[in-house]
Amino acid sequence: MPKYNLHINGSQKSVETEADTPLLYVLRDYLELNGPKFGCGLSQCGACMVLIDGVAETSCVRPVGSIRDSKIITLEGLADNNEKLHPVQEAFVQEQAAQCGYCLNGMVIASVSLLRKNPNPNDSEIREGLELNLCRCSAHSRILKAVKSAAKNL
Amino acid sequence: MIELPKTSRRKFLRNIGYISVGFPLLSSCFAEQDQKIAARINYDGNLPGSMRNASKVNAWLQVLENGRVLVFSGKVELGQGIRMAICQVAAEELDLELDQVEVHLAETGVTPDEGYTAGSGSVPNSAMSVRYAAATARQKLLELASDKLKTSIENLILYGGKVKSKNGNQSLNFAEILEGAQIDLEVTRPVPVKINTEYRYVGKSIHRKDIPKMVRGEAIYIQDLRFPGMVHARVLRPASYQAKLLSIDQSDLTSQVSGVLKTHINGSFVGVIAEREYQAIQAENFLRRKAKWSSGTEFPEEKNLFDHIKSIADPARNVREEGIVSSEFSSKNTIKAKYTKPYIMHGSIGPACGIAKYDGETLHIWSHSQGIYPMRRAISGMLKMEESKIHVISVPGAGCFGHSTADDAAADAAILALEYPGKHIRVQWSRNDEHTWEPYGTAMIMEMEASLDDQGKITAWKSDVWTDSHSLRPDSDPATLLDTRYLENPVQLKGRGYLGGGHRNADPYYDFPNMQVNAYFFEGPLRVSSLRSLGAYSNIFAIESFMDELAEKGDKDPIEFRIAHLTDERAIATLKKLKDITQSQSVKEGEGIGYAFSRYKNNTAYCSIAAKVKVDPETGKVNIQKMWAVGDVGQIINLDGIKNQFEGGMIQAASWTLKEQVRFSGEKISSEDWYDYPIFRFPEIPEVEVEMIDRPNENAEGGGEVSMPPTGAAIANAVYRASGKRVNDLPITSEKILG
Ligand code: FES
Ligand code: FES
Repeated sequence: MPKYNLHINGSQKSVETEADTPLLYVLRDYLELNGPKFGCGLSQCGACMVLIDGVAETSCVRPVGSIRDSKIITLEGLADNNEKLHPVQEAFVQEQAAQCGYCLNGMVIASVSLLRKNPNPNDSEIREGLELNLCRCSAHSRILKAVKSAAKNL
Repeated sequence: MIELPKTSRRKFLRNIGYISVGFPLLSSCFAEQDQKIAARINYDGNLPGSMRNASKVNAWLQVLENGRVLVFSGKVELGQGIRMAICQVAAEELDLELDQVEVHLAETGVTPDEGYTAGSGSVPNSAMSVRYAAATARQKLLELASDKLKTSIENLILYGGKVKSKNGNQSLNFAEILEGAQIDLEVTRPVPVKINTEYRYVGKSIHRKDIPKMVRGEAIYIQDLRFPGMVHARVLRPASYQAKLLSIDQSDLTSQVSGVLKTHINGSFVGVIAEREYQAIQAENFLRRKAKWSSGTEFPEEKNLFDHIKSIADPARNVREEGIVSSEFSSKNTIKAKYTKPYIMHGSIGPACGIAKYDGETLHIWSHSQGIYPMRRAISGMLKMEESKIHVISVPGAGCFGHSTADDAAADAAILALEYPGKHIRVQWSRNDEHTWEPYGTAMIMEMEASLDDQGKITAWKSDVWTDSHSLRPDSDPATLLDTRYLENPVQLKGRGYLGGGHRNADPYYDFPNMQVNAYFFEGPLRVSSLRSLGAYSNIFAIESFMDELAEKGDKDPIEFRIAHLTDERAIATLKKLKDITQSQSVKEGEGIGYAFSRYKNNTAYCSIAAKVKVDPETGKVNIQKMWAVGDVGQIINLDGIKNQFEGGMIQAASWTLKEQVRFSGEKISSEDWYDYPIFRFPEIPEVEVEMIDRPNENAEGGGEVSMPPTGAAIANAVYRASGKRVNDLPITSEKILG
């Protein structure tokens, strides 16, 4: 089985698996990370998002063989070295922007990616930025507030 | 009554390891408060139903070795924030800091059997049981401390986990007072509870303790559980509801897919176990290609669904009769309307997961089921295994909104664990499994008829409701579990579950001199069970749409028309407040505001909703600009928590109302994923504003379902005002608006 060296949350990890294994299963099953979640496996819901070279992408269909030298950050890798939360994480806590929280990984990752591209998004830009991300508990209005308040504190 | 005889002493519970939420320290804002003694009053009302089988203090709370308090609840966390609500209530009665309380949610053999976590019942049952148990415990702790410290109770202060004498010379923590025993005392009325004006936590917006863990990606959900040596499994669901497995060629499986450990075939049940999760998925895909299934019965055509329902329904059952409606209906001011609602999905974002391990004696199951004790009864029946040999631990999953698929995934894992003992078997459902096999909220038909007198008052009202069951939750009938119907000797469902849910809220909460409600039950083509608010969403959609039609016919303002038919002041207060909040709204061309009201189950919490929509006259596209809710859940436990529930309910119900419908054709459910079954995405989300009326002297009601029923009708009424088109068949799509 091929072996892959991946840059994940600032360190090198090596994994032996088939090239077509979706990144999500490498992160959850081999590397025992909890941030990225399985929601659909079809790139339709955003639950599995990670940052690939700073940009939010779904990990559930992306084959590990295609990652190469890209740098991957998961939810676990957002806080700084002193465990201080990223302003987006902080804002989600402050706004209590969750019910079950299962979608939260994707919401936080997509928001970090959005704010990196556009530090001052207006309401409709935020909505577009999070369009892929589904939340069935419907905590949307709080999530929107959280992204707005994170933008202020970045 | 009590006592704590040395012989029956129970060991202090050591801190039990469990995945769910261990609590970090809370903000210190509550840390320094005056250690005054809060006044108490005797509560002499009814004790909650949950106390019937768990009537002693130590069923609900125990003191840990370090003096902290461990509270037990048989309810599960569904994202509704029950853990925090229970923590608040316990800390309140025992005058503890919030971080001195730990909450252990449902586990067989450990927590009380509280049935299902459903029907907005967690606060009135579980949290209130904890309140009375904690208040009783407080009294007992004071009595015991008074003996020990040789001073009167009046001279003692119980605060922050200690009992001190007023002069401050002596103090004991709870563990020191109990000396290793627990409070084995019946909770009896009257219970001395804290008076609500002295509350420190109850009614406040207190941050949930699990959200900081969620944002860090800590292990919270069943999907995050990992055990040494755990293996991964998938179950290949049949090709359709009635399909039977004819053959399956597994000959190349292990050469084609690596890591396969075992396949297990029993009747039409096909399970496969592999070392790694992705290998299990590949094995399932391989087996799917190699499986041959018999064909089953076809569904009726979608467009004929409602005719089909009427053709198979039982005769009417009269569920309410007041006065005589028929004589009134001869008047010329009588109108009728028919409403329909399609099958709707729970649509959890996290597909079901179940983990099980058989150690040769006991079958351990980890599940996000809403009712672990009833599920254990069903699994025991399915496996023909004694209940006492099955141990179930509740672990949170993604929000599931009623009886969804958690129990089925647990059953899958249980079956496979017995075949592959000694290892933790983790079964994860796919998105397709979840979408096509979950038990939906049933399709319904609601027919309304009413007559008005010359003053525009309703004199008679009739509701006719066609409904399938609203609960086929697991319990003693093992066929409530999907697998039971596909094993070698399949058992089909006998009962039809809880029928009452179908006519929930079918009788209007208004005062009409003559009223009749009839229910027609049918066993429809799709698998169904309870979905958030059961029949109330559909019935209130019909009633409150019809109320607007009647108001218009009587030339009345819709809010005033409703108030004129209500006598309950709390109901009226929500409508008046809603009117105040929305009064200043200007409505432009193509826009409209609609209103609706309901009291959930006609005897719990109140909610009035307004929706402001814009309808594009060219495309028929509806844009909900804003929704407002005014709620009254009696005494509020956690203000922010209840608002969160209301907001979520409104947005979810708005998505049902405008978009959702389970599609099917031939033998297949064709809503297989989020493209075939679209739900709201961010660009469609309305702004929402929730106002709560706090009634500290009224019973505390749950709020999980309360805002959903009036949301559908408020939107339909707003669409009518904006476009002149009344859509009575859900969902309200642009085609129906233009058509
Ligand atoms: S799990 Fe990847 S998008 Fe849904
Ligand atoms: S909070 Fe449950 S899915 Fe978003």
